[in-house]
Amino acid sequence: MTELGLRLAVSFVQILAEMSIVMFTVAVMTLAERKVLGWMQDRMGPMEVGPYGILQPLADGVKLFFKEDIVPAGANKAMFALAPMLTMVVSMIGFAVIPFGPDMTLDIGGLTIKPFVVADINIGILYILAIASIGAYGIILGGWSSNSKYSLLGGLRSAAQVISYELNVGLAIVGVLLLSGSLSLVEITEAQAGGFWHWFVWGARPDGFFPIHTQVFAFVVFVIAGVAETNRIPFDLPEAESELVAGFFTEYSGMKFAFFVSAEYASMVLVSCVAAALFLGGWNAPYPGTIFEYIGFQQLAWIEHIVWFAAKVYFFLFMFIWLRATLPRLRYDQLMRFGWKVLLPIALANIIITALTVYFFPRG
Amino acid sequence: MSGFDLLSEYLTHYFPILFFVVIALFFGIWSLVVSYLVQPKYPEPEKLTTYECGSEPFSDARMPFPVRYYIFAMLFVIFDIEVIFLYPWAVVFTKIELIGLIEMLVFIGLFLVAYVYAWRKGALEWD
Repeated sequence: MTELGLRLAVSFVQILAEMSIVMFTVAVMTLAERKVLGWMQDRMGPMEVGPYGILQPLADGVKLFFKEDIVPAGANKAMFALAPMLTMVVSMIGFAVIPFGPDMTLDIGGLTIKPFVVADINIGILYILAIASIGAYGIILGGWSSNSKYSLLGGLRSAAQVISYELNVGLAIVGVLLLSGSLSLVEITEAQAGGFWHWFVWGARPDGFFPIHTQVFAFVVFVIAGVAETNRIPFDLPEAESELVAGFFTEYSGMKFAFFVSAEYASMVLVSCVAAALFLGGWNAPYPGTIFEYIGFQQLAWIEHIVWFAAKVYFFLFMFIWLRATLPRLRYDQLMRFGWKVLLPIALANIIITALTVYFFPRG
Repeated sequence: MSGFDLLSEYLTHYFPILFFVVIALFFGIWSLVVSYLVQPKYPEPEKLTTYECGSEPFSDARMPFPVRYYIFAMLFVIFDIEVIFLYPWAVVFTKIELIGLIEMLVFIGLFLVAYVYAWRKGALEWD
């Protein structure tokens, strides 16, 4: 009984810590997006709240919390409240299987726990894909229940877009599975240890440097499809403000609006984490081992691993903002054509080529 | 492995996920309820109409929508099942030798036939 209690307590602390980190990153992203966009357009971005505007996310949060929550007259009230909840919960629980740091174990009261991953399940990738699919329900429910034409159109567009690009995400991951032989994100990350040439995006064999098993095409497909799945520019058709006002959350206000927005940012963070873990070696440094190990602080190596993971994730997050500042929005037929007629064949060809190279040049 | 061991294995590995769902749900409900209690409420008929660029909303929003969306949903279901079949194959690929490679090339070949058929039929066009 005490063991169960202890396990519960450990899980509780881990989950709270993880949710706080994600929420903090979301807050940083809402500010970073406006700041970086501002700098890229030769503006200052938010400057009023706190020094250089760094308290802006706090002000936004407080404001949305105390805002009147307007439910349109013709809306389906239960669904209208359920949709943002569903989207928010789904975007949070995906993080349960992400390994933020090395696969080490701690002994707490005779209980072996892994501090840097909440749930080390052996089907981590499948779990992430399943969670990502549920996200589409929140969007389409939100669009339908508002009883607004903009919302309905935005929700439909979004659902069609998310499922089209979901397919490409699924196909791009198959190449990584061929190399790692595992569905667990922890094991996939560990298979890429020992320097950047072992990361699956470069794809050298464990004993060499030559990128014979390179997954760079899968990586490009995954990143593009990831941008599309999170409804970001240039794939932000569902919330194209110049034609659909705000898409599926046109009618939302107050806390429910905050849920939709923070869920969008949280799923960007999730996609960045998965891309880092699958293709860029997760928490592995781009050189063999760690600097802390070389100078004799073996126990502190996990700090370096976490810093590398965070660096990779923030690189992707910066790329999301950079894309938004650079690219115009696609037209809807272009979007669907690109997903089904360009990305899908590339991802399929990548699977066949990877399978052949892995068969003829096994990874030992 | 006995049934009890298996159950405890599942509990150890999957319980944190269930716990995560519960905590995230609690967090969401809590913020909605507290926000509901502190926010001002001044409902007016004009305010509660749906947004339609300032003009009076006409007709219901739940209208028919193009069948295109439906076709893409069906294509997705078919192709996604094939993708899921590729996953177990990819995981055990190094253990199933040549026969596994050939079988999967045949499978991907069938996938390609369906894909080319859909392409030639114009199901992948959006117009």
